Amino acid sequence: MAKDGIGASVLRKEDRRFTTGQGTYTDDVNRPGQLHAVFVRSPHAHATIKSVDLTAARAMPGVVAIHTGEELAEGGINNLICGWGITSKDGTPMKMGPYPPLAIGKVRFVGQPVLAVVAESRGQAEDAAHAVEVDYDILPSVTRLADALNPDAPAVHHFEADGAVWEHGQPPKNLIFDWELGDAKATDQAFAKAKHVVKIDVVNNRTVPSAMEARAVVAEYASAGEHFTLWNTTQNPHLLRVVLSAFINVAPEHKLRIIAPDVGGGFGSKIFTYSEEVVCLWSAKATGRPVKWASSRSEAFLTDAHGRDHITTAEMAFDENHKMLGLKVDTIANLGAYMSLFASLIPTYLYGPLLSGQYAIPAIHCNVRAVYTNTVPVDAVRGAGRPEATYVLERLIETAARELGVDRAELRRKNFVRTFPYQTPVLWQYDSGDYDGLLDSVLAKADWNGFPARKAESAKRGKLRGIGLSCYIEACGVAPSSAVGGALGCGVGMWEMAEIKVNPVGTVEVFVGTLGHGQGHETTYAQIAADRFGIPIDSISVIEGDTDKVQQGMGSYGSRTAGNGTSAVSKALDKVEAKAKKIAAHLLEASEDDIKIEDGNFVIAGTDKKLTLTEVALAAYAFHKLPTDIEPGLDEKAYFDPVNLTYPAGAFVCEVEVDPATGTTEIVNFTAVDDFGNVINPMIVEGQVHGGVIHGIGQALLEEVVYDPDSGQLMTGSYNDYCMPRADNLPTNFELAFQVTPSPSNPLGVKGCGEAGAIGAPPAIINAITDAIGTNDLQMPATAEKVWRALQGVSAKNAA
Amino acid sequence: MHETRYHRPSSLDEAAKILSASADGRYLSGGQTLIPTMKHRLAEPTDLIDLTRLAELKGISESGGALTIGAATTHAEVASSDAVRKAIPALAALAGKIGDPAVRHKGTIGGSIANNDPGADYPAAALGLGATIHTSKRAIAADDFFKGMFTTALEDGEIVTKVSFPIPTKAAYEKFHNAASRYALTGVFVAVTKGGDVRVAVTGAGASGVFRAGGIEAALSSTFAADAIGGVAIDSSDLLSDIHGSADYRANLIKVMAERAVAAIA
Repeated sequence: MAKDGIGASVLRKEDRRFTTGQGTYTDDVNRPGQLHAVFVRSPHAHATIKSVDLTAARAMPGVVAIHTGEELAEGGINNLICGWGITSKDGTPMKMGPYPPLAIGKVRFVGQPVLAVVAESRGQAEDAAHAVEVDYDILPSVTRLADALNPDAPAVHHFEADGAVWEHGQPPKNLIFDWELGDAKATDQAFAKAKHVVKIDVVNNRTVPSAMEARAVVAEYASAGEHFTLWNTTQNPHLLRVVLSAFINVAPEHKLRIIAPDVGGGFGSKIFTYSEEVVCLWSAKATGRPVKWASSRSEAFLTDAHGRDHITTAEMAFDENHKMLGLKVDTIANLGAYMSLFASLIPTYLYGPLLSGQYAIPAIHCNVRAVYTNTVPVDAVRGAGRPEATYVLERLIETAARELGVDRAELRRKNFVRTFPYQTPVLWQYDSGDYDGLLDSVLAKADWNGFPARKAESAKRGKLRGIGLSCYIEACGVAPSSAVGGALGCGVGMWEMAEIKVNPVGTVEVFVGTLGHGQGHETTYAQIAADRFGIPIDSISVIEGDTDKVQQGMGSYGSRTAGNGTSAVSKALDKVEAKAKKIAAHLLEASEDDIKIEDGNFVIAGTDKKLTLTEVALAAYAFHKLPTDIEPGLDEKAYFDPVNLTYPAGAFVCEVEVDPATGTTEIVNFTAVDDFGNVINPMIVEGQVHGGVIHGIGQALLEEVVYDPDSGQLMTGSYNDYCMPRADNLPTNFELAFQVTPSPSNPLGVKGCGEAGAIGAPPAIINAITDAIGTNDLQMPATAEKVWRALQGVSAKNAA
Repeated sequence: MHETRYHRPSSLDEAAKILSASADGRYLSGGQTLIPTMKHRLAEPTDLIDLTRLAELKGISESGGALTIGAATTHAEVASSDAVRKAIPALAALAGKIGDPAVRHKGTIGGSIANNDPGADYPAAALGLGATIHTSKRAIAADDFFKGMFTTALEDGEIVTKVSFPIPTKAAYEKFHNAASRYALTGVFVAVTKGGDVRVAVTGAGASGVFRAGGIEAALSSTFAADAIGGVAIDSSDLLSDIHGSADYRANLIKVMAERAVAAIA
């Protein structure tokens, strides 16, 4: 293995750029003659646009254009789309309300783009945007998930009026789909013979993705070639290009270059196609000048797709030996006012199939009703469906252990999946894992058995100490394309592509269709190539995020880079290696089978005859000594279409101290043991777990989007009101460890790690708090006041 | 963004003249509230008159049993001042926990008190210690200065020049911060004056801004001990209730923070 190869904690190549202020983000891109777009956004949650008066705004200094929804529609620009079709259990397709890039006729959430003002400077565009007069007729709105299906709730979309035809009669208004997974009959039968049934109601709180870099767009149009260039904060430039061209029709695919420069985080929010990309491309052509839009943080709160927002009732059936017999889950999911690009996928195929967790549950049935509300669209945020599923299951099991009076760890252990592959009753087939190993390891590392003594010590200081457990399963890289594109409704294939170019001097360029936005791809991919050829990572460059350089790709989200991106790179390396060996064999006058790579050299096994990669590469291009059956060049491309998803798993123990006087929770110990298969760079993976767990702490304790139920205004529209975790919210002791069971589904045996923390942490934390306070009646986020109120409830009950 | 003229006067007189000559001028004393408000276009002053460089508003001194702090003194300067730490350590500690380091190096005591944000810390100290607020026109007792949320006894154009805090026998401040903004969700300043009076001022919780908790003062006047507070009834009808905390919860926090402040000095 090269010293920089697979398994080494190599320092991140990209951090020299990021830590010295030399990163180039979309907002750092400035083009000659550039104009600035500012969006006039809806101040109302639900309103009819009666009239628009642009007279004053058009006369403002510097104003070049003001774009309207009607103008775009007349120009052939189509609506934004949701790319994953879900079918209701009655056979009807999901109801996709029309989502024009700029509102036409109606607005349906606060912040929805209505008009775009384009001016010479941003200040001028802002001033003019304030001078635009839009006259609204305010309509009643519904923002709370719990109210969306009420018969008297206002309808967010009127499908009859919008021309949709319902062959099966009119479903309840605001219902997008009513979907099910699993065998309802078998599950009912399991419950019928159950000895114990445990039930919970849980809320999965709505969150804001909060990437450090807000979204931004620079669009440019070259009229001579009718060619567009789009710089954009995107997690998936190629998919964006397909959507913008084939579906939205704003630019043809072969004349649209998309560049994602450095991207400062996304957590899912930069997967989707937003109005601003469409409008800036349109404007660049209309004005003949480059157009920039950069989101303010306030706009980010109002427009970046939010996450989670579920209400769920779940029941589990056990036999007399506490073996799980069945699981029933009934969920309502808020998708906001319009369906974002993957909105329908998140509460369906990224949710239901995860409900088996680490357990052998013979029968599972899951029903999900997705609804419209007058809120920002909801789509994937770190984990996307998997945190929601894990939260339901792990709170349910913890509750069961308490109600059955059995040890929490033992109840889990009794029901673990132990043989692989394991076919769950909800689609996925787990390919590998060792759940006993994870649990044993985390209990030992967290000193689970020493907890009573620590609890007693806390009590002496007036604190309530609790301990909670969570055993999670993750599913990364939705696959294979043949399955997801057919029965599951995906509009695209979920493969990945890589190209390896060995230059004539022996340096290597790795082109790959994923898109690092903070995860250290430039280092991780370089380690894989370094490992293969035994060369230092400094002689390897990794290129992502430019559709002119990287030929195809599917981007980075859902922890798919590890399983799919590295596999594509690995396959391309196989091809390069094979050709290089063929060339080396010819030059060394040996058989290809005898050529081995050792310490960066191509050697004839058992001899001292060798060539460096540089010598082989030079021969491939300076094509003097090679026979005609070898093509010049050392440059190979590969697609990887996974045969299965990967299934990372882990076990987390959280230990908290609650101050009963104020309800404040302090996380005193957090122990995470994860199985991500083979680990390419342990330091980077630890960083991902730290970040993921902290994301989970945010959701469990602090973060919550609140809309005013009457006005529909976003109450948590800044970090003064929306609480992100900070350094003092982190665990006092934070211990990580890895267990390795390689994935059999990809060449490197890797599984993916980016979302695990956010998936496993929330139930571990809430299970710890409910253990501390002695009541299960607690919903996220467990703010100090909520915990204090729960404690008041316990006191009142004890007094009664 | 709306065009604004920035002024840096060299005297209070000059500042007053610029203000009266401006169409819609505002004094700037750190700008920790005004500048964000302007960014949101909720304030669009024609002129900003920066008071923070005025020598007349600078300095920390002790005399006649009182600690006097110039209005343009930053929170960081108060927090690190040896004079403040020695005379009223609770005041230095309070200043050291306002906002974050950037806020503490820009925000000033005069700006904070004149703004009278319901979640600000300094109003609790001023009221709790029975301070005197000196202005360009007069001296106002803290008991008469704070008139409700974002409202004070200051008249148009009147500038806070310094705040004079009587040095107490003992004092302590306990804050339960809003998890998001880190303003005081409830902060309680407890002081025992040289004359033996107990003063308890509450910030963050009141529907009309900072106020004195009479019930707790009475209880502590008879017994200065944390457990004297438990039986005090707090009327939550006068308290704030918002997405960050209900009135009931704030009522609880008033007692808990008061208990902790007393425990620290009893």
